[in-house]
Amino acid sequence: MKYVDEYRSEEGARRFLDAIRRVVSRPRVVMEICGGQTHTIVKSGIDRMLPDDVTVVHGPGCPVCVTPLEMIDRALLLARRPEVIFTSFGDMLRVPGSQEDLLSVKAAGGDVRMLYSPLDAVKLAATHPEREVVFFAVGFETTAPANAMAVWQARELGLRNFSVLCSHVLVPPAMQAILGAADNCVEGFLAAGHVCTVMGFHEYEPLAERYRVPIVVTGFEPLDLLQGLHMTLVALEQGRFGVENQYSRAVRREGNPQAQRQLEQVFEVCDRAWRGIGTIPQSGYRLREAFAQFDAERRFDVGGIATKESAECIAGEIMRGRKRPDQCPQFGRECTPERPLGAPMVSNEGACNAYHRYGRGA
Amino acid sequence: MSRPDQDESEGKAERLSGATCPLPLADYPKVLLAHGGGGSLTQRLIEDLFLEQFRNPALEPLHDGARLEIDGAQLAFSTDSFVVRPLIFPGGDIGSLAVHGTVNDLAMCGARPLALSAGFILEEGLPMETLRELTRSMARAARAAGVPLVTGDTKVVDRGKGDGVYINTSGVGAILPSADVRPERARPGDTVLINGPIADHGVAIMSVREGLEFETDLLSDSAALHGLTAALVQRAGEGLHVLRDPTRGGVASALNEVAGQAGVGIRIDEVSIPLREAVRGACEILGLDPLYVANEGKCIAIVDPRLADGALETLRAQPLGRDAAVIGKVVDDHPGRVVMRSRIGGDRVVDVLSGEQLPRIC
Repeated sequence: MKYVDEYRSEEGARRFLDAIRRVVSRPRVVMEICGGQTHTIVKSGIDRMLPDDVTVVHGPGCPVCVTPLEMIDRALLLARRPEVIFTSFGDMLRVPGSQEDLLSVKAAGGDVRMLYSPLDAVKLAATHPEREVVFFAVGFETTAPANAMAVWQARELGLRNFSVLCSHVLVPPAMQAILGAADNCVEGFLAAGHVCTVMGFHEYEPLAERYRVPIVVTGFEPLDLLQGLHMTLVALEQGRFGVENQYSRAVRREGNPQAQRQLEQVFEVCDRAWRGIGTIPQSGYRLREAFAQFDAERRFDVGGIATKESAECIAGEIMRGRKRPDQCPQFGRECTPERPLGAPMVSNEGACNAYHRYGRGA
Repeated sequence: MSRPDQDESEGKAERLSGATCPLPLADYPKVLLAHGGGGSLTQRLIEDLFLEQFRNPALEPLHDGARLEIDGAQLAFSTDSFVVRPLIFPGGDIGSLAVHGTVNDLAMCGARPLALSAGFILEEGLPMETLRELTRSMARAARAAGVPLVTGDTKVVDRGKGDGVYINTSGVGAILPSADVRPERARPGDTVLINGPIADHGVAIMSVREGLEFETDLLSDSAALHGLTAALVQRAGEGLHVLRDPTRGGVASALNEVAGQAGVGIRIDEVSIPLREAVRGACEILGLDPLYVANEGKCIAIVDPRLADGALETLRAQPLGRDAAVIGKVVDDHPGRVVMRSRIGGDRVVDVLSGEQLPRIC
């Protein structure tokens, strides 16, 4: 398959692994930001093929995992309302709230639908004027433009029965939180290629400068990751810092200006709570005042939620790269995809799910 | 269920259900769609609820069909229900699928199908023309398979209480004299084969479901396999150890069931698993793993390694086996587990999913 097979060849992998072995002179810790990258690493076995000196730790880039519990509970509350058609990407449906998940609400009679695009939710609202259609707008900068477009279109169409439950998060503030922590051990980053497709990578340059770390914008195929790792390790060994672009077939420094404009028009930056991590200043998007009528949190009464987070789940430590999923005492015991204590065990981009699904720590 | 360490686990349960645990998701108070997804929730439902109540020696192997000995005659008996939506899909419809499904369950027991029953549950308001078309297709499939439909039943439910039409088929077959195919006969050293490309059916269905508008000619692989399996039995005799049709849950779930039931490990090689480019592309876009996607005309055969070449030749001589391939082998290592060598040469466990795959956010 064009643009896929080229990045999955065994010979190419061997070449990069040899090059990595040659370049590394001492133990190194590199973090991949995105959950999609985490899954590629574990699924293709890269973590087991790397030399012992190279440790990859998994970052906070799973949108489902960092969505705060109170937001999930709000989603559940909305989904239970008889007039609401609650729509979401499939990934979100199995994430545990304080009491249950969206699939359970569906089983109990809630109208919960899995969509592939937020624009389908707009279509649903247009064809079901008697119902309230709510879309669960989660994700990083990657999914935000499509969600912004959905809100924009809803306004263009004059829809009065469409709203979004918005919990967007941004990558650079999370990286800053990791780098700024006193006990940070991450020496270099693989930045999330798809986020940079939208936002470009100029906003990572001050971070690399301030914390003197190499950041390599990296794709999602096995060879992308091996090449990104190689570039990061070469920079580390040479004592260089700064931003480099491995994913040049998709990412430009300035990103996608059109998508950025759409984001700018619909969203504004706000403080945001990250599940398992806490509130990070200026780390999320919320709808601008001009689009307040499409904000599900304003449209419906979703206040007064008391959340119950698992005391045994160490998702926060895992998403900051301090612990591996298989170092969690509950991993595979009290916490499994059928009985998750936290979101990373059920999300398709969660590190715990990758470790469990592909048999790490078994 | 008995709990070995009552005190400790009760203490833990209390801790979890009190302030911390989101929900013991394995003990769902209501049936979820995932209980029918062919993954571990389905398995648990069958083992903990149905097997517990109905336990008997013919049921216990939990094979595709039961083996019954009646006055010295070896019979296979199987049943399957079909609730597919849409009723007519690219490459087939619920009528032909209902014939193929039960014929294949019998074929996987090493049997020659003798007769089928058909039970229709019709929804009030279903266009008579649709029903006529479906029964015509069903009759055509039964004639082509050479298996008569000898008895049936019809029920009609209120409008809104069904999805147009549900069909149940049951079948009896005569186990071929030299056949002894049972999952537990898989033994280390055996070769694992498949008769063609995987994931066609599931992707064809998804391509026409609401929200997805793929412009491709993806067709379901729905077909009757008893001719092909009879040829294998004839060629390999008792050297043919296991037959399995990887329907819901896909190749991954079928192989895991065999590994678990036989107490052996199975190693497969990603590069050797046949997969159409268009299907692979669709799976890439949706973030689905084709190993877990349903097939309706595929058969996994596990044979004595000395007969592997002959089995492959036999499969390839069949119209439904032209693209047959050796995809792996049975091993001593990691009993109960399936391990796959990835395209780039890394290893990963291929686990059973809890329910159906959910497409990812980005």
